[in-house]
Amino acid sequence: MEAHIQVRNLNAFYGKTQSLKDINIEIPRRQITVIMGPSGCGKTTLLKTFNRFLELVDDTKITGEVLVDGRNIYDRDVDVTEVRKCIGLLAQRPYPLPMSIYENVAYGMHIHRMKNSRDEYRKAVRHYLEVTGLYEEVKHRLMTPATSLSIGQQQRLCLARGLAVEPEIILGDEPTSALDPISSQHIERLLLDLKQDYTIVVVTHTLRQAKRLADYVIYMYMGEVLESGPAREVFNNPRHERTRAYLEGQI
Amino acid sequence: MSLQDIVIKEQPNAQKEGRPSRPSLASRRRQERVAGRTLFIITLLPVILIVLITAALAMRFWPILKEYSLWELVSGTVWKPMQGKFGFWPFIAGTFWVTIVGVGLAVPPCLLTALYLSEYARAATRALMKPLLDLLAAIPSVVYGVWGVVAIVPFVGDTLAPWCKKTLGFIPLFTSKNPTGYSILAGGIVLAVMIAPFIIAVTYEVLATVSQGLREASLAVGATRWQTIRAIVIRQTMPGIVAGVVLGATRALGETMAVLMVVGNVPQVPKSIFDTAYPLPALIANNYGEMMSIPLYDAALLGAAFMLLVIVLVFNVVSTLVLQRMLGRRWV
Repeated sequence: MEAHIQVRNLNAFYGKTQSLKDINIEIPRRQITVIMGPSGCGKTTLLKTFNRFLELVDDTKITGEVLVDGRNIYDRDVDVTEVRKCIGLLAQRPYPLPMSIYENVAYGMHIHRMKNSRDEYRKAVRHYLEVTGLYEEVKHRLMTPATSLSIGQQQRLCLARGLAVEPEIILGDEPTSALDPISSQHIERLLLDLKQDYTIVVVTHTLRQAKRLADYVIYMYMGEVLESGPAREVFNNPRHERTRAYLEGQI
Repeated sequence: MSLQDIVIKEQPNAQKEGRPSRPSLASRRRQERVAGRTLFIITLLPVILIVLITAALAMRFWPILKEYSLWELVSGTVWKPMQGKFGFWPFIAGTFWVTIVGVGLAVPPCLLTALYLSEYARAATRALMKPLLDLLAAIPSVVYGVWGVVAIVPFVGDTLAPWCKKTLGFIPLFTSKNPTGYSILAGGIVLAVMIAPFIIAVTYEVLATVSQGLREASLAVGATRWQTIRAIVIRQTMPGIVAGVVLGATRALGETMAVLMVVGNVPQVPKSIFDTAYPLPALIANNYGEMMSIPLYDAALLGAAFMLLVIVLVFNVVSTLVLQRMLGRRWV
């Protein structure tokens, strides 16, 4: 296994409460890693340390390292916008930007001036809408507001928007929790397709989803990582008592 | 047995056991009805008052409208009541000049302050700064007026006007034949400070309606905070910001005391920001009650009040409607 993200001695604090305790994990390249655990165990917090979103909240403190391709993203001379460009985020519910479908996908590319001509932008927008299976559904109304889409379509649009800035890693913070079953399935299928090209880290509440998606599993409890390893091992043969209890539905 | 029977039959028992007697159901219902109606009427009073004031002003305005057309009054530039000349244009122009300068000076810093408070400041900074800014609104108008006379008028007259004449003198807007400091600019500066807390508070509330998730959606693709503000936050809140500014402008339009003390009060149509002006509120405050024997003088002054009221009401209603739509019931 080749690690894409390495977390070393990571601690995180909200004010005086410690929400992550000495995390040491490795996240494999081009696989889906699922972070599981009961609510409030720090799953989302851990995820948000990967794209430096935790620092958006007042009074948070982080110690330790998060290495992406061997580079600590918390180093002083690292540009946070570059980190976030390289590490996309799919949020708990879709947040389409207040602009057209087309502009939503082009938004990040414009910000980073990634293309040279209008035509290149058009092609790229089309490409990412195709990747997320939206193109056929929206090709006649690219200029209508993105809020006119269904929730499921919006979430796929948000995925397209994230992919358009050419990240290498995709983070998903319970990305299907606001969606209906069919739309959820759609997103899951997309994530399974995308893992050929991207490293994917997904936080989920539902064990069944974890089993469907995971190549690699991280089980957290009270801010600590109790267990991590290849999905089959963790699911079939958990080493820790609490992981076993969780998998058997006792928590 | 119906519910009423139960309630009524319980009464004697309650008294037997020594509990305090309770008024009958009928009387409690009567009380409830009376209370509801009284509160409704009291609540209705301010609304009725606005209608009555507008109607009364219109009626007192009426006599002069029989002599002159509304257009003659509004566009007339000569104000000589003794000679029967009632031109309101200098006052209307003065009102808008002072308001536009005041709002124009207030908006950029207020917008930036609100953006700082809502987008950049830490919670602790915000908790300290917001009450301090709100404090500006608590300073009495006349104190602002005195500050204007003592500090702003000399500054405009001795420093700003000569400097502008030297550097921007070729633009008529920035020169004046007789710059004393008592001017539109002085009035505008004082007004800007007075309406600032108000515009900041409304704009801040409007910015706060943007969900954090939307900001994060922009930040997540690698946008900076400033890019997010420009492309998302401002775009999303533009109607509300404009409405907040207009609401600030209605305050400026009606502000009397502080402006009256620093604008010079000469009934002329201003041509430059260093000219004196005579806004409508100052006209009314300075003259009502004096020389009322002049024919139609009363009608003319109350006409000025009527015009001011109508302008402010229209601005106010439109901007409040926009804000209510944006903020829901959180802020009115």
